[in-house]
Amino acid sequence: MREMVNVYIMGKKYTVPEELTIMGAMEYAGYQLIRGSGCRNGFCGACATVYRIKGQTELKACLACQKQVENDMYLATMPFFPLVKQQYEIKDIRPDEQIMMQLYPEIHKCIGCNACTKGCPQEINVMQYIAYAQRGEFEKCAEESFDCVMCGICSSRCPAGISHPQVALLARRLTGKYLAPESEHLTRRVEEIAEGKCKDMMESIMNKPLEEIKELYNNREIEQ
Amino acid sequence: MFSQEMMDSIKKVEATRQSRIGADLRRMTAEEKEKLLREYHPDFVDDGFTVLEAGPNKGDKVPHELADLLQANSRLMSLEGYEDIDAVEAELVEPDYDVDVLIIGGGGAGASAAIEADEGGANVMIVTKLRMGDANTMMAEGGIQAADKENDSPAQHYLDALGGGHYTNKPELLYKLVTEGPDCVKWLNDLGVMFDKDAQGNMVTTHGGGTSRKRMHAAKDYSGAEIMRVLRDEVINRDIPIVDFTAAVELILDDQGRAAGAVLMNLETKEILIARAKTVVIATGGAGRLHYQGFPTSNHYGATADGLILAYRAGAALLYADTLQYHPTGVAYPSQIFGALVTEKVRSLGAQLVNKEGEAFMNPLETRDVSAASIIRECRTHKMGISTAEGEGVWLDTPMIEQIHGEGTIEARIPGMLRMFSKYDIDIRQVPILIYPTLHYQNGGIRITENGMSDVENLFVAGEAVGGIHGRNRLMGNSLLDIIVFGRNAGRNASAKVKEVKSGKLTLDHVRKYSEEMVSAGINTDRVSPLLLPTYTHGREND
Repeated sequence: MREMVNVYIMGKKYTVPEELTIMGAMEYAGYQLIRGSGCRNGFCGACATVYRIKGQTELKACLACQKQVENDMYLATMPFFPLVKQQYEIKDIRPDEQIMMQLYPEIHKCIGCNACTKGCPQEINVMQYIAYAQRGEFEKCAEESFDCVMCGICSSRCPAGISHPQVALLARRLTGKYLAPESEHLTRRVEEIAEGKCKDMMESIMNKPLEEIKELYNNREIEQ
Repeated sequence: MFSQEMMDSIKKVEATRQSRIGADLRRMTAEEKEKLLREYHPDFVDDGFTVLEAGPNKGDKVPHELADLLQANSRLMSLEGYEDIDAVEAELVEPDYDVDVLIIGGGGAGASAAIEADEGGANVMIVTKLRMGDANTMMAEGGIQAADKENDSPAQHYLDALGGGHYTNKPELLYKLVTEGPDCVKWLNDLGVMFDKDAQGNMVTTHGGGTSRKRMHAAKDYSGAEIMRVLRDEVINRDIPIVDFTAAVELILDDQGRAAGAVLMNLETKEILIARAKTVVIATGGAGRLHYQGFPTSNHYGATADGLILAYRAGAALLYADTLQYHPTGVAYPSQIFGALVTEKVRSLGAQLVNKEGEAFMNPLETRDVSAASIIRECRTHKMGISTAEGEGVWLDTPMIEQIHGEGTIEARIPGMLRMFSKYDIDIRQVPILIYPTLHYQNGGIRITENGMSDVENLFVAGEAVGGIHGRNRLMGNSLLDIIVFGRNAGRNASAKVKEVKSGKLTLDHVRKYSEEMVSAGINTDRVSPLLLPTYTHGREND
């Protein structure tokens, strides 16, 4: 017999094996999930969940696929949260301070309560990256926010109405496109291919008899 | 908590670690690999397969679980509120959506196709049964290959992928993959994907299993997630409509047998919706959630081969549907993340595969099929695995990484892995992790031509749903590449084709015909497909 615990899914009590994740526990209880289950691996943010353990006041947040159940856990899933997503043409904007002010001015209403950081299931210092965004320090904002799965828990807790994941995404795209140094070897290779310079080498391999190709493969030099 | 057996074995792994660093682990010869695969790779387990009795691939071998869906009844025959398929067909004259290009699937391939089709001026719509981005793309950790370094070339990339694929890759598709690779990485870079670079802008690249040059580009170990969130953002910026939580349950053809839309189902309300289109792109991904041969999977929740089922009923042949990729390093412990992916990048960074006695039993950078077979042999025949609740596993010696590359490397290069295990109080900087092969990728899929079209006119396919690019085994980093190369390709061609299409009368006759063919073949079943979503009970019925 497996060890069992009591959990309260959206307030309703179920007795489930203690080794299951919250997502597993919901399925064990008989839910056929449509919303709230995506990659099941901690990368997509579909299964944001908030919970309290009976008798404690602290409200905790997690991803249901990554969190093991605990006895007397009261949980509610949050499969969607309405974030503000501003539209823009990435090629027309520039990584200057004005762009944040223009697209996401509410970041300047941050009152420093740090509820966003406390709620983050990825343990990201959310308030800090918003501060970087306010100052136009996009690379720092991008680096700090890199592990964001855009679950939206931070925004659900924010009294200033900030859509943190969207602010971070903008900062990362600006960083990737404009602030990171150009990869000259990449640009060069793309040009070479466009000029047809790689074609002969390709064809010389492709036109060889299979036995010769195998010979080439089995004896190819491997970079150390 | 680690078992006593695990803790005892960890001590042995620690005892041999220093002597293993820098040791030259021999690579297997071509003959050794061949023999190993035949004896241990799941693709060679005859019991796992059956022969198809109907459809374009009649007579071909495919996994039982896939055959059960390919040879099942259409959902349209038993829809609530519709007497029969004729009743659904009657609704085709009044489509709920009328677009140029209908894209089925919201992962990396679908998003790339949508962006290019939009760029080509077509009126595009994406339909996806989960959310946009709930896809295997999001979970690709390790990286994306492209031959852009000085010592590398598309020809070298071609050779690596061809040998890794056992020389069965379709040459014209592989040509496209490797020659358009660098342009696709640049495209992503210019959309704002943050690749790992040094201060001069050089891409930080590593090996993957079976590569001869370091051409694995990464965004830490969030490579696919970083690509997917940027592509999704771009799709939204372009105002491309996304109909989510809505599955395509059957393709619609016109009276000339050309793809002309799809019957959709809102998964929450079960409402049936008709989408008419001039061209259709299937970008529905893989099949890990069919759990072939009982393996756990690293795939996302919706990976149930739906696109293959729809295309097959419409007359498109599959290619290499009998070959699957089992990723060598799925999580074997703890049980909460059983089957989850441990990125190959962990081995790229130097971690070795080690048995219970602390011996490195193979070169960690053999191709995925060879590595998986070798791990299975180490456990099953050599009895050198470590027992877990679900079975067994071998060690992946992660602490080596920091000894080789210095303290802080794990947090900087594979933060996702560090986080995933830390949630279960396992610090992968201090202790090795237990792994066993997990069902990871569908090597085969729908057969396409160079322009991305299947056997069915105006039905394009991109991403994991395609068969032939990787032959019978895919190299790490070639899937993130193929979804971009072939996604963009399908989007461009589907968009260009729109101009010459004048759809005829819409029909579901192919569904009826396939059903009749099943009857003639003596297949009598109450199974229904596509599956849409898997069902899990976690052993409820036994408690």
